[in-house]
Amino acid sequence: MDLISIRDLGKKEAEAILDSADRIVRGESKPDFQGKILATLFFEPSTRTKLSFQSAALRNRMGYLDFQPETSSLKKGESFSDTIKVVSGYADALVVRHPREGAARLAADLTDKPVINAGDGANQHPSQTLIDLFSIRRNKGRIGGLNVTLLGDLKYARAMRSLVYGLAMFGAKVTLVSPEGLGLDEEYLDEVKKAFDFKVEVRNEPEFSDADVLYVCRIQQERFADPYEAKRMTEKFMVRKSDLENTREDLIILHPLPKIGEIEPSIDGMKQAKYFEQAHFGIPVRQAVLGHVLG
Amino acid sequence: MQVDKIEIGTVVDHISAGRAAKVMKLLGIVENYPHRVAVMLNVPSKAMGTKDILKIEGKIVSAEAANLVALVSPKATINIIKGGKVQEKYPVQMPKEIEGPGRCPNPSCISSESGLRRFNGEKGKFRCHFCERMFKAEELV
Repeated sequence: MDLISIRDLGKKEAEAILDSADRIVRGESKPDFQGKILATLFFEPSTRTKLSFQSAALRNRMGYLDFQPETSSLKKGESFSDTIKVVSGYADALVVRHPREGAARLAADLTDKPVINAGDGANQHPSQTLIDLFSIRRNKGRIGGLNVTLLGDLKYARAMRSLVYGLAMFGAKVTLVSPEGLGLDEEYLDEVKKAFDFKVEVRNEPEFSDADVLYVCRIQQERFADPYEAKRMTEKFMVRKSDLENTREDLIILHPLPKIGEIEPSIDGMKQAKYFEQAHFGIPVRQAVLGHVLG
Repeated sequence: MQVDKIEIGTVVDHISAGRAAKVMKLLGIVENYPHRVAVMLNVPSKAMGTKDILKIEGKIVSAEAANLVALVSPKATINIIKGGKVQEKYPVQMPKEIEGPGRCPNPSCISSESGLRRFNGEKGKFRCHFCERMFKAEELV
């Protein structure tokens, strides 16, 4: 079984993975896949996703092989397809990140071994979405009915397409806040609306007083033609300590990390800041994901 | 306007006016095609107002290839000619799946590297099997 897109998972399947992660966190379950080998193939940089998959493999008593493009036969011109075919003979499951959209799906077509998509361009990052949903559920006890505000560059941020789909699937009310031109494409939103009874609002002003969950993602300065406009938008959409005065008492703030100036550092120590905990949840959730694909 | 009869080949009729060139490209009728091809543009039509017609000598178009014509001209009809007579006639049908050499219109899609494209029909549009983006039929030509 593969995990390529959040669209491939039904709500029941996603809930089963979250439940499994919950049992791991509570110490009620210790997945054991001794003798199995995971291959991590990251064709572009990663810190959290790669290390947490490797850590999850070790905690599941698996071994792992780390493919490094800069020292591999890619340098001799070997194709992505050939690389996948070769490595799939060395491992029991593959984790693939690639800058091209659809790369993980292609990998899954080329091998019988389970493939997990660890990010394909701006398309999907399903294990990150499961971590995000898990973080919300752990902190709030539920996902359905919550007001979730997504703030930042929603167009290019890797995890946003998956997350919006996942939130819609679980019945959250979503507000999308982004600078003009960096919103989620309307066609995709229409698709999600048609698939679920999805309540969504779109804003261009950073306002989140009614949010239960504020999910912040980076505004990439390189997306702006005008450096002054980039600086202005980054400052405008930065979350400051003073912004939290008029928010709900039990607001939580999430961020896929790395954060680079979009949240004031003084917020890190506040009770609302849950993004480091969210990053740590990467381990149990990915342990559960590995268990899911390996059966 | 007089166009010679063909002994063996395919006539593509009821092509939406102005789309004949795209249909030729879809059917692989390119500059080195060795036989005669008649291209009639803006022919008066009772049903369509105007239409284009292609008369292709020496090529029997397969049903699979013919259905690709639906991407740019959903009302086109295919006439298979053998021995100078129409042996088979059928309307093109929008394909449910498209697979083969080519690229997805999304330049970031992995198909740009692999050179293989695959789309699944979904609610009147086509979804790329790889990058999951949706496209209108015309965008795939």
